[in-house]
Amino acid sequence: MIATPTVDLITVNIDGKDVAVPKGTNVIEAAAKVGVDVPHYCYHPKLTVVGNCRMCLVEMGLPAVDPATKTPVMDPATGKQKINWMPRPVIGCATNASPGLHIRTTTQLVKDCREGVMEFLLVNHPLDCPICDQAGECKLQEQATGYGRGYSRYVEDKNVKPKRTVLGPRVTLDDERCILCSRCIRFSKEVAKDDVLGFIDRGSTSTLTCFPGKQLENNYSLNTVDICPVGALTSTDFRFKMRVWFLKQTNSIDTETSVGANTVVWSREGQIYRITPRQNDEVNDTWMADSGRILYKQVKAEDRLTHTSVAKQAASLAEAITKASELIKANAGAVRLVASGKNTVEEQFLIKHLADSLATKTSLISRVGAGDNILVSKDHNPNVRGALLTGLISELPTAQLTTLSSEIDSGKVKVVISFSEDLTAAGISESQLSKVQVIYIGTHHNKTSGLAAIVIPSLTVFEKSGTFINQQFRIQKFVAAVPGPAGVVDDLVILTHLTSSLHGTTVQLTQAAGLLAQTWTSLSATIPSLAPLSFSTIPDTGLLVDSTAFAKLPFVETETLHFKPVV
Amino acid sequence: MPEQRRIIFKHIDSPGYTNDIACYQQNGGYETLKAAVLRKPEELIEEVKKSGLRGRGGAGFSCGLKWSLLDRKSGKPIYLIVNADESEPGTFKDRYILHQDPHQLIEGMMITCFANNVKQAYIYIRGEFPEGARILEKALAEARKANFVGSNIVGTTYSCDIFVHRGAGAYICGEETGLIESIEGKRPYPRIKPPFFPAVLGLYQCPTIVNNVETLCHVKHIAAMGGEAYSKIGTPGNTGTRILCVSGHVKRPGYYEFEVGKLTLGELLNDVCGGPLPGRTFKAVIPGGSSAKILRFGERFKGKRKVGAEMQDYDWGLDDVPMDFDSLAMIGSMAGSGGVIVMDDSVSMVEALANINAFYAHESCGQCTPCREGSLWMKRITNRMVLGGARPEDGALLKNVADQIAGRTICAFGEACSWPTQSFVLKFGEEFKTYAERTKDSSATLATTPLV
Amino acid sequence: MNLSDTTVKQIDEVITHYPVKRSAALPLLHLVQEDQGYISQDAIAWIATKLELQPINVYELVTFYPMFRQKPIGKRHIKVCRTLSCALMGGYKTCSEFETQFNTKKGEISPGGEVTIEFVECLASCGTAPVVLIDDTLHQHVDCAKARALSDQIKAELKAKA
Repeated sequence: MIATPTVDLITVNIDGKDVAVPKGTNVIEAAAKVGVDVPHYCYHPKLTVVGNCRMCLVEMGLPAVDPATKTPVMDPATGKQKINWMPRPVIGCATNASPGLHIRTTTQLVKDCREGVMEFLLVNHPLDCPICDQAGECKLQEQATGYGRGYSRYVEDKNVKPKRTVLGPRVTLDDERCILCSRCIRFSKEVAKDDVLGFIDRGSTSTLTCFPGKQLENNYSLNTVDICPVGALTSTDFRFKMRVWFLKQTNSIDTETSVGANTVVWSREGQIYRITPRQNDEVNDTWMADSGRILYKQVKAEDRLTHTSVAKQAASLAEAITKASELIKANAGAVRLVASGKNTVEEQFLIKHLADSLATKTSLISRVGAGDNILVSKDHNPNVRGALLTGLISELPTAQLTTLSSEIDSGKVKVVISFSEDLTAAGISESQLSKVQVIYIGTHHNKTSGLAAIVIPSLTVFEKSGTFINQQFRIQKFVAAVPGPAGVVDDLVILTHLTSSLHGTTVQLTQAAGLLAQTWTSLSATIPSLAPLSFSTIPDTGLLVDSTAFAKLPFVETETLHFKPVV
Repeated sequence: MPEQRRIIFKHIDSPGYTNDIACYQQNGGYETLKAAVLRKPEELIEEVKKSGLRGRGGAGFSCGLKWSLLDRKSGKPIYLIVNADESEPGTFKDRYILHQDPHQLIEGMMITCFANNVKQAYIYIRGEFPEGARILEKALAEARKANFVGSNIVGTTYSCDIFVHRGAGAYICGEETGLIESIEGKRPYPRIKPPFFPAVLGLYQCPTIVNNVETLCHVKHIAAMGGEAYSKIGTPGNTGTRILCVSGHVKRPGYYEFEVGKLTLGELLNDVCGGPLPGRTFKAVIPGGSSAKILRFGERFKGKRKVGAEMQDYDWGLDDVPMDFDSLAMIGSMAGSGGVIVMDDSVSMVEALANINAFYAHESCGQCTPCREGSLWMKRITNRMVLGGARPEDGALLKNVADQIAGRTICAFGEACSWPTQSFVLKFGEEFKTYAERTKDSSATLATTPLV
Repeated sequence: MNLSDTTVKQIDEVITHYPVKRSAALPLLHLVQEDQGYISQDAIAWIATKLELQPINVYELVTFYPMFRQKPIGKRHIKVCRTLSCALMGGYKTCSEFETQFNTKKGEISPGGEVTIEFVECLASCGTAPVVLIDDTLHQHVDCAKARALSDQIKAELKAKA
């Protein structure tokens, strides 16, 4: 895979513990390496350092050197080089590791500093945790347990600021809760490239806002909610819906484009409440697009397919599989498959297997759309590379199924199996579709499913587990967050049954999880670049796979965060 | 009583002296610049180092050292910024230079620019000096026309222009990195140091010198008389002259230029300024701009200090304290910007502090938590006290709030806003404790001269 | 934006003083305020466009610096120094005297539109306290009597103009 470049490591000492870190690492990060937490608000590893919250004040010392001779001054008591401690505390976020740097985070001075900052942050804070969405994931709340006074010495009136500013279509602001850390301003400017937020007025009356008439409406606006350390910026969608501590977190992958931003799906009792980004320094840092956060709404969408049908009549899955198998057998040689760039690697592998057994071809429909050079690439299919790697396709997909169209017209094709794709969006007319028998295996209703002879509902990305291969050829896994609708089974189950039915064998209805492991056994045995892997050994942040075989393909993606196209 | 020694203020208020270039040149103006450009720049820097000149803006940092920290190897252009923000309450010396003798500053600037190979210079003048800005613009136009500023000055290949940049009423722009942000067209939030030391990463991330108006005027005279000769003025370590601005309760407030350290506070207030107002006695003095720690009359200061090569004991009353950087630092305050604010026995210290706290709460930029919230909190406490809500414990609370600010912020504003509170409470603690009693008597609350 | 030719010329000139356009933000705000009397939202947007900035970048400045105002003021602008040295010498009384003379309150336009009175922080003329800046002119030793005289003078000047 990819070799990590060697970096110069230097040794620093945090609370008496030596740790080797790359030169220039800041004290907050260096301390984290030895398990020392340096509390902070304004510092964010992916944004410029401004050092304004003052929560990360620590004591700093440097090895003593005789100014005249430039030789180390030794401490006779310890036999080690003497450390000159600075009388004033320094901020950890802007103090970078230099050889022999010593840091103390447990002294009375550091404790006083933290308590002082906490008290100051709270004097003008509304302390409305019981009605605040941030409760449970609020840094103020968290640090108040360690460094709060427990009572207030503040008897004056608190600042009054706007309470419900609609900053944009998805973000609501409570200025009284804002601690003026400026993370959101820096994010908008530095990452989203939309310099739309700012502070007006000054001092303690400073207020976060947009210029009148402008809105925080870029496709990354909700990241400001994620990085807001307090409850000032809230997601209008999630506001007042659910206490975060009731929510279960499941690792997932954003399917809107081939970037494959890493995400966390937050759910409770089978219902998804929100999607937030998951840190992956090689893919999406700590960000994701707003558009990817509402994808969970497809789970309970009105056009969601929940029932199996044969010739528009409700049927059991077994009946549908039998009918489909009969249909395919009756039209041997005249069956075509249309798979999807939204299918998982495992599904694509089984579809390829199915295609091989029918000695037929599989098409994929391309989804090329606008990219933003940040975390939305031009390929709106999350997994075209999976289809390439599994051998399902050998060339890049096209938007129009022209071959299939002429094959239908010439009568060469009698049966089309579509995996969630609407063929009418790819140049096949409804009248063409009515000339053939369609077997539709998918999550949502569309014109194709409406015209299909057999419809088998399947699961969304939130209800199943699997992998995608993103634009970097990084294989990334996701896990089922919520159960699917009653009676709807995993695509892998459907595919396995269909294949065995065609072969005249019957299999027991297998659990999807077992099937996933089983599929991986054959995947790694069949595809050399996946050879050492199994689903469980893929790291949470994914793994780059060998892509040399596809180096010459004219992929549509242009530069995005952490991705440069191979020229 | 020591005589004033007017070097910088030589022509201030002198009859017939006008601020145009003709008058300046008739009085020998720009001759020093003409001579300076014939010398090697390094020699000029050396003269300034030898002179022992310390910055007159507030911190008293060695000017020569400041220049020597400049990153000359980066290949980036070097900038000079004149800090003419004169924003420390109690200070009003630069006003007179800018209004009455602008060419003195321009000459000092051009010598500094030549010595440091500065590419472009700006004068950051406070917004409250609209007239001063116009005078400077006119003076610069004259100096450009006379070839002292601009391209190939006085027949050399050296070029450097000076532009005037007006502030708009923000104290924080007196902080050098806040000032730089302000010139860059941003909110004047002081920068974190490290890494943004102006000498390395200043204006437009280029090496930058930021000097006070008076400091650069001294440079002109150092170039004229030589660093050696200049260093003999004043006292060792506190060389040259300095302008002391006296305001408040004295008979003759105003500005006075003395050799540094050759005058005591008592001489300044009693002899030079004529003593307290009739029927009054001095109560307290802030010796270096409103952020300097207050001193109480009647206090005694004892300790050892270096005089020449040896250590000597000192036992001073407030009147005996020499007005220099080191002596004022020794007794726990600072010479700062030279603004001496005097308060007599008519003043309630709680009310005076309330006035000061209102200033700092208004001027905190709001960037750092302790200063932003602490300065406002202190203001609210002192306001409440004055408005009849004083509690005996407020003094201790005030001090504690101030203690949580100083030394914990990006810039020195943290100290500037907490030192008054810390020192007022320390020196006049009793008054803070009993203020509640005093204000119970409603007739006593009607201060004859309200401060808030 | 209806700026005078002179202002437009000054704006274009002052931008050349800086290697980075954004630096001209403060100079432009001063020029526009002198021309228009105050900084409107339109003016903020106009300056932002002129300097290739986002309007929020300019809005942040207008609200930070007390000298910029977003609303019109009276015909004359009286700024009384509030800070310690002036207060010690009666600055608060001077300010109330002006308020009485023009029957107005700090920050408001007087009923006849003559003045806007404001308390400002240190004007750096502490030795001649109390001081008052009326438009661009500094007045020193402004006790209540002098405040009355200055008020009368302002009223007379405005009357003569009308």
